[in-house]
Amino acid sequence: MQTTPISAALTRKLRRLGPQLAALFAILALITLISPGFLSITVQNGRLYGSLIDVLVRAAPVALLTIGMTLVIATRGIDLSIGAVIAICGAVAASLVADGYPLVAVLVAVTAVGLVCGLWNAVLVAFLDIQPIIATLILMVAGRGIAQLITEGVILTFNNDDFADIGSGALFGIPVPVLLWLATGLLVGLLVRRTALGFLIEATGINRRAAMLAGVQARFLLIFVYAVSGVMAAIAGLIITADIRGADANNAGLWLELDAILAVVIGGTSLNGGRFSITASLIGALIIQSINTGILVSGFPPEFNLIIKASIIIVVLTLQSPALGFIGGFLRPPGNAGQPIGKASAEPRAGEKAGTTRTDRAPTTFSTQERTS
Amino acid sequence: MKNARNLPFLATLIVFLIAYALCTLQFPNMLSTRVVANLLSDNAFLGIAAVGMTFVILSGGIDLSVGSVIAFTSVFVAVLVGSFDLHPMTAFTLSLVLSTLFGAGMGLMIRYLAIPPFVVTLAGMFLARGAAYLVSTQSVPITHPFFETIQTVSVRLPGGGRLTAMAMLMLLVFAIGALVASRTRFGANVYALGGNEQSAALMGVPVGRTIIGIYALSGFLSGLSGIAYTIYTSSGYSLATVGIELDAIAAVVIGGTLLTGGTGLVAGTLVGILIQGLIQTYIVFDGTLSSWWTKIVIGILLFAFIALQRAIIWYSNRRLADGAARGELRGAA
Repeated sequence: MQTTPISAALTRKLRRLGPQLAALFAILALITLISPGFLSITVQNGRLYGSLIDVLVRAAPVALLTIGMTLVIATRGIDLSIGAVIAICGAVAASLVADGYPLVAVLVAVTAVGLVCGLWNAVLVAFLDIQPIIATLILMVAGRGIAQLITEGVILTFNNDDFADIGSGALFGIPVPVLLWLATGLLVGLLVRRTALGFLIEATGINRRAAMLAGVQARFLLIFVYAVSGVMAAIAGLIITADIRGADANNAGLWLELDAILAVVIGGTSLNGGRFSITASLIGALIIQSINTGILVSGFPPEFNLIIKASIIIVVLTLQSPALGFIGGFLRPPGNAGQPIGKASAEPRAGEKAGTTRTDRAPTTFSTQERTS
Repeated sequence: MKNARNLPFLATLIVFLIAYALCTLQFPNMLSTRVVANLLSDNAFLGIAAVGMTFVILSGGIDLSVGSVIAFTSVFVAVLVGSFDLHPMTAFTLSLVLSTLFGAGMGLMIRYLAIPPFVVTLAGMFLARGAAYLVSTQSVPITHPFFETIQTVSVRLPGGGRLTAMAMLMLLVFAIGALVASRTRFGANVYALGGNEQSAALMGVPVGRTIIGIYALSGFLSGLSGIAYTIYTSSGYSLATVGIELDAIAAVVIGGTLLTGGTGLVAGTLVGILIQGLIQTYIVFDGTLSSWWTKIVIGILLFAFIALQRAIIWYSNRRLADGAARGELRGAA
């Protein structure tokens, strides 16, 4: 497998991303049919403009969150707190900018706050062994309260063009948010795929216990993925705050965690953990944003937005359902398909004494993974 | 073992009683039936929804669609009564049928498509909220004599408190819920399913029927909660009760129900609701604290109770593991 020619690797990649790409193009084509001006891109004042560019810009927060969420879900976890983390980070950013701190200090401080939030989740999941849904629910519930505490209950606004550029500026004609999510996605993608990190994350997600017995530092990986998720939320918070030039503790990032989870699910990464693809998740984020923008530009009343979104999600979920393996097979990555991950490798519970039996099963789990990846 | 299982519930009850005692020490006026009655009335709709959530969580699932279903029901009832001149009882029946079917549909997807409950109910959340937007995006006021009659129904308590019809409905739902959970075959099936789905199936629990029943029940109670909310506010608004499901989940967890399923009491959820209501009441009495402290305190409580549950599980696991290890040693010798 190591000596696969590039063309074969490319074919495999395309086969993995095929359904998502097809869905994205189908949706874009549909929107273009309804409103022909959708695809036109113009250059004004040295900056690109157009509905397509708008999709890329508006997708930035969800795309960033999706990067972290993909890794978290690959470890069989979930991070519900990122919407609240956005609110906290936005509040911190706005109050620091309003107090006149230099831009670099603000960026560092906000990233650190996001990191701390991620680490808090990580400690609950990795060390206290709390179910990820519940562990991150704590910060989801308390986070907006904390953000309110920072903004003292008002919508903090500020006037700082340098900071606002993060949300609405452009570099070489490309809007900064787009550059941010593309660069971050590339960085994290290279980090996990050019090292063994991604492989180990998948091993942890498939069977944490087996992975640990095989020598994988599962705790470190869990800390890593939740920390990444927190930092991504911090960057998304920066973009959102800079875009509206203010911090709204109640509404900033509200329900974005759900959009991020959907993007990951549409991207074909199983909520049961294991194989993941950041690229596919990012395409998922673009699909969601295309639907949102598409409904707006094609003149549907925005009331239809949620219904259409829900219907598309239900169709995608049904097609991916393990119960419909014969249809779903082509939608999911080869190799991972049909593996009853959900049941067979569920984490050992109460008083499992099967230390020995688990160890000799661990290498087999690994080698199947090796063959398929 | 039985005592260890009820420990979270007992802890919640003790926390509530101590907190209430501390509150009355600071504000003696809080010790009145008025405050208690208001506590029950203001949280009636949340309590009704939380009973459904308790069953879902007991079975090891989760239902994120609750808030959206409440909003849909409220706006649906408001439009049926306001624009179509239906009698409120007819509108109630229709919306209950719809919400129950909606829940059953989600149960079907969870069971037969084997999609995790989290994702199915997430889609359900969008769908119900979207449907509510379709019905109306405006806040629809209701002016029907029937509503005014219901709102005046109340039982006078000694000390001046008034137990409203909605508070009584909530208490009734809790009583029935507790009975169903502890005294019926369905209840036993729910616990069995939450303990271990595979064992439950092997023991002959009708897994499919139970799962669909659980989500149908949650849908029904969300609808009922929506009706209570409509009566409480005399209006329907599609943007209302966003995120109520989180409050319901928090109440269930604070009430001592294990999120992995299989362990918990419906009565615990009532205490969970009361604790949340108590925090809000305290903030109102204090007057200087901001309402966002509610969220922070609930977050802290959530953490405390989850940590307590973990400690209990860890302790009982260790005892089990010790027992197993001793058994193994004996076998080797």
